[in-house]
Amino acid sequence: MSALSLCDLKKSFGGNAILNGVSLDVEAGEFIALVGPSGCGKSTLLRILAGLDHADSGEIFVGGRDMSAVAAADRNVAMVFQSYALYPHLTAGQNIAVPLAMKRLSRTQRLPLVGSFLPGQKEIRAGISRDVREMATVLKIDHLLDRKPGQMSGGQRQRVALARAMVRHPSIFLMDEPLSNLDANLRVHARGEIVELHRRAGVPTLYVTHDQAEALSMADRVAVMIGGNLLQLAAPEAIYNDPAHIEVARFVGQPRINILPALADAGRVDFQGIRLALLEKVANGPVSLGIRPEFVKLSPSGRSGLAGRIERLEFLGSEVIAHCRLDASGDTVIAKLAPHEARDLITGMPVGILLSPEQAMVFGPEGRRLRTASAAPARQEPAYV
Amino acid sequence: MTSLPAGRIIRFALLSLGALMILAPYIFMISTAGKTQSDIFTSSLSLIPEHFYFAENFAKALAKVPMATLLWNGVIVCGLIFFFQVLVAIPCAYAMAKLKFRAARLMMVLVMLGLLVPIHATALPLYVAFDRMSLLNSYTSLVAPFTISVFAIFMFLQFFRAMPDDLIHAARLDGMSELGIVARVIVPNAWPAVTAFAIFSVVAHWNDLYWPLIVVSKQAYATPPLGLMYFRAAEAGDDYGALMAATMIITLPLVVAFLFAQKRFVEGITMTGLKG
Repeated sequence: MSALSLCDLKKSFGGNAILNGVSLDVEAGEFIALVGPSGCGKSTLLRILAGLDHADSGEIFVGGRDMSAVAAADRNVAMVFQSYALYPHLTAGQNIAVPLAMKRLSRTQRLPLVGSFLPGQKEIRAGISRDVREMATVLKIDHLLDRKPGQMSGGQRQRVALARAMVRHPSIFLMDEPLSNLDANLRVHARGEIVELHRRAGVPTLYVTHDQAEALSMADRVAVMIGGNLLQLAAPEAIYNDPAHIEVARFVGQPRINILPALADAGRVDFQGIRLALLEKVANGPVSLGIRPEFVKLSPSGRSGLAGRIERLEFLGSEVIAHCRLDASGDTVIAKLAPHEARDLITGMPVGILLSPEQAMVFGPEGRRLRTASAAPARQEPAYV
Repeated sequence: MTSLPAGRIIRFALLSLGALMILAPYIFMISTAGKTQSDIFTSSLSLIPEHFYFAENFAKALAKVPMATLLWNGVIVCGLIFFFQVLVAIPCAYAMAKLKFRAARLMMVLVMLGLLVPIHATALPLYVAFDRMSLLNSYTSLVAPFTISVFAIFMFLQFFRAMPDDLIHAARLDGMSELGIVARVIVPNAWPAVTAFAIFSVVAHWNDLYWPLIVVSKQAYATPPLGLMYFRAAEAGDDYGALMAATMIITLPLVVAFLFAQKRFVEGITMTGLKG
């Protein structure tokens, strides 16, 4: 039984479909990153899961229990918001204590003044403050417990928000871009910490982000959502190396994958010397050929490969990105090169562009990936033509 | 002192003139409260009294007017009105600002319409109703018509709309009911709006003469302005010195309260984007 499963969730706002039937299973202890461009419906999905919004149709099961009619407060789902959403009038310690107080104290025990005279209330409060302190120590914020959110930095607020979500041991942990308000250095650091915390607590986590680096580096499995459709759910390596859809290939990978127009003809795809045999039956006609920039090489002599010209060179330290244009078709091809490979290149010079056919992927006219048989025999080094 | 640029001097002079014009009646009131009867009715107009007669005038005012009763009535009526207005308006404004329900638009239209109807339009039916219920001359008749303030709803609505939705979502996930959210999240963060509204409400009802005049005819329930009117009609006649002294006493609480809370009031008004 999976910890969380979504079945065919649909949602639309005023005729605009936001979710087109999304299904997803999260196993116990799993960390899933939900990634997609802004406006793809990932935050809506998270809100529906938390019970803050309602789906038009579809079902949600947490630990096998149907959640459709369960209120947000009773789902035992914790969420970390992008803006952290800390209560501004409470100190960090009081913020972390809120979910525990709501859960452990009865309605009358929570009343100011009256509550403090009720039996048992003191012991529960002591237990709450002990748990808060423990959680704060884990997140290294125990020295901040008396400060209000306004007196803390972004990183500190983010930790308090994490502590507030984790302190009640939820059955599901939802995070809505929790790192996007941090600066770049802190973000990389916080990534590692969240993964570490997740490993220790073992609570299944759904992590929404638009940053593919976060998704690929943190998650056990990555779900790519585009335009309200869940296009692929797989391990990070598979998402990158073996995308199921042209949109997934386009979205994941920096710089972007090269997509070139090609023709399918009698079960074969031809693109300027690259020949790939298709394993599936496809009507003859236009298809797309995708090839990652790291599998493109440039030959400065221009004697081998497709004739092209360098339009722009970007030096990024450990690598150089070369934007080239093919003379024959006018398509842009991006190559990712090691600095020593780019030593002789200058902007505007004619080059030969070499593509590795084993690494090429073919996508059908509607974007679906088409399986191909590798044209060249497998070798250690990819061959370039 | 460094010489001020001409522009600043002109601006300063204009502002001072404006302030003086607005404060003039109040200054004149203070001056009159210190004058003897003969001083007041001399043909020459002077701000500084010839003989300082403050003590006598204040003594007369305090002796002839049940000042403690008037002030106490004022505090009770304003306090109750303000309490109920906030009690009704905060949950109402929260629902309209943050909850989605079908009649939200209709309610908004009703609130806007409510802003357009003055108390004078509904005074007669209200009077008849209170009379039938034998509630004239009571705190109920003074307070009840004002407990639902559309202005308060409108003002809190604007303030709550600016509160982040995520804060309310977080509260829901933490296990709070909607009423719990109002009590534990909205109210503690709405103090600027509440203080700003407090000025409008308390000033309006402390100084209100119209409604108390309609429903109250006994000294025991008179609010400060109504009490003054009785004093003028019955006792003072043309004793303006004592009358002005009494007026000073009833305006004093508001002036003192404003001076004490000046900073917070200004904060509150600027935060709600309403200019008083």
